[in-house]
Amino acid sequence: MSNVWLITKRELVGYFTTPIAYVFIVIFLFLNGVFTFYLGGFFERGQADLVTFFSFHPWLYLALIPALTMRLWAEERRSGTIELLLTLPISMLQAVLGKFFATWAFTALALALTFPMWLTVNYLGDPDNGVILAGYIGSLLMAGAYIAIGACISATTKNQVIAFVIAAVVCLMFLLSGFPLVLDFFDGWAPELVVAAISGMSFLSHFDDISKGIIELRDVVYFVSLIVFWLFANAVLIELKKAD
Amino acid sequence: MTTLVEISRLSKRFAYITAVDDISFQVDKGEVLGFLGPNGAGKSTTMKMITGFLAPDAGTVRVGGRDIAEEPVEVKKRLGYLPEGAPLYPDMTPAGFLGFVGAVRGLRGDSLRRRVADTVKKVNLQSVLEQPIGTLSKGYKRRVGIAQAIMHDPEVLILDEPTDGLDPNQKHEVRSLIRNMAEDKAIVLSTHILEEVDAVCTRVIIVAEGKIVADGSPTELEARSNLHNAVTLVVRDRDPAQVKQELVKLNRVAAVECVARNGLVHCTVRPENSDSIVAAVSGKARENAWAVEELHVHRGRLDDVFRAVTTAESKRS
Repeated sequence: MSNVWLITKRELVGYFTTPIAYVFIVIFLFLNGVFTFYLGGFFERGQADLVTFFSFHPWLYLALIPALTMRLWAEERRSGTIELLLTLPISMLQAVLGKFFATWAFTALALALTFPMWLTVNYLGDPDNGVILAGYIGSLLMAGAYIAIGACISATTKNQVIAFVIAAVVCLMFLLSGFPLVLDFFDGWAPELVVAAISGMSFLSHFDDISKGIIELRDVVYFVSLIVFWLFANAVLIELKKAD
Repeated sequence: MTTLVEISRLSKRFAYITAVDDISFQVDKGEVLGFLGPNGAGKSTTMKMITGFLAPDAGTVRVGGRDIAEEPVEVKKRLGYLPEGAPLYPDMTPAGFLGFVGAVRGLRGDSLRRRVADTVKKVNLQSVLEQPIGTLSKGYKRRVGIAQAIMHDPEVLILDEPTDGLDPNQKHEVRSLIRNMAEDKAIVLSTHILEEVDAVCTRVIIVAEGKIVADGSPTELEARSNLHNAVTLVVRDRDPAQVKQELVKLNRVAAVECVARNGLVHCTVRPENSDSIVAAVSGKARENAWAVEELHVHRGRLDDVFRAVTTAESKRS
């Protein structure tokens, strides 16, 4: 476990020794504000909740999380440090988890820095803070899924731009899988069960439930199993493609 | 002697080529094994398999008696490895980086700090400890790479081209560092520089196209050179043809070449079967009262042997 922490710490420090951390946090907070107050019409709605705030998170993550994850493995591959990392006395699982937790912790920090949002809504009205807490938990879980996807994609290439684009596309597919855009493609020829399964894979539907304040086991299981699956794939891919 | 590294029947294939083809060897404690070979001969691939980065297609690697396929983490604890090109995290400082590696190696608190300080002193990194590695010169980067490989005092040290890209002074430092550590370790280093082998290695393995083509001490390998025990003689004010004629008369002489240069006659006398002929040659010089400017015996040149064994291999296949 301590090895996981050491790797997490190194990656986290890595975010802050480069401008990535600051750029990310500033843009994340800025866009959150813009989306919530302008696009989401926070004041016009006249309701003391953070529904509009959370409803933009899937789209924000789509653009921003691949930017955090693209370097995780691609950079190690490009510079050859992967050889250094994987000949240290650590297991593959520890390396994969360490990197994942670093990005997750960093995202959690960025998310925590949106607290003025929560202060604002509490100042203006009397919101259900339980629902808001559930929203934060759901958002963080969903971010975890994005990160696991991004980390896995990053493991397949030396090129960070490719890692970014492909991760964004894969995330978009998960995001949209409940939408006609994706479902129509399968409708008609794929069995109903498959179509239902695909529509059930959507980030949006699972996140919607949680952000309404209902933390259901199946939604938590959904996000956690996505994370586990993609991290597992990540470890397998690194093991297979180390030599490339 | 304790055998620390045992490699048996190791093979690795990539898409179209067999990079390592059935290689076996052992390295004992106290040995510095020079791993030589042309580019693409399989040196780096072999080292990557010894350190557990790549899994072999066939064969086993045992370090300190443990199989790396069965106990990868245990084996990696006993290994220090400098990968080819000394890759490092450019955003970290040497202090931060060595602290990270030391912590992963299980060092904590005071013992970690002490070990980092010791290692830094050994490789002379004091002046750049707090600068990002990305901004350091090649020589410093290489030293950071060496520092991370030796900081936990491993039994087995695998160094892939440790002096590549260093200036002559830095090369000298790294070589003496390696020599000083050699006694209680098994060290494998790859290099293109043949003088390095003479300077630090107790044993040499030459690989070509994935196979071992020569294995022996540097002196043994030099003895394979057709220049081994050849004698160079330089005399003043003589006719080259005449000198040659006299030298050819000697017993056990295979060939004589004489050329005149700046009023001096340079002769290279090659013996049959690498026999020692220097006494005979100097006797001849005295007998003819030649004014000898220079007389020395060749040990044979490693690069001749290197070229001979590595090109012979590619011709055969």
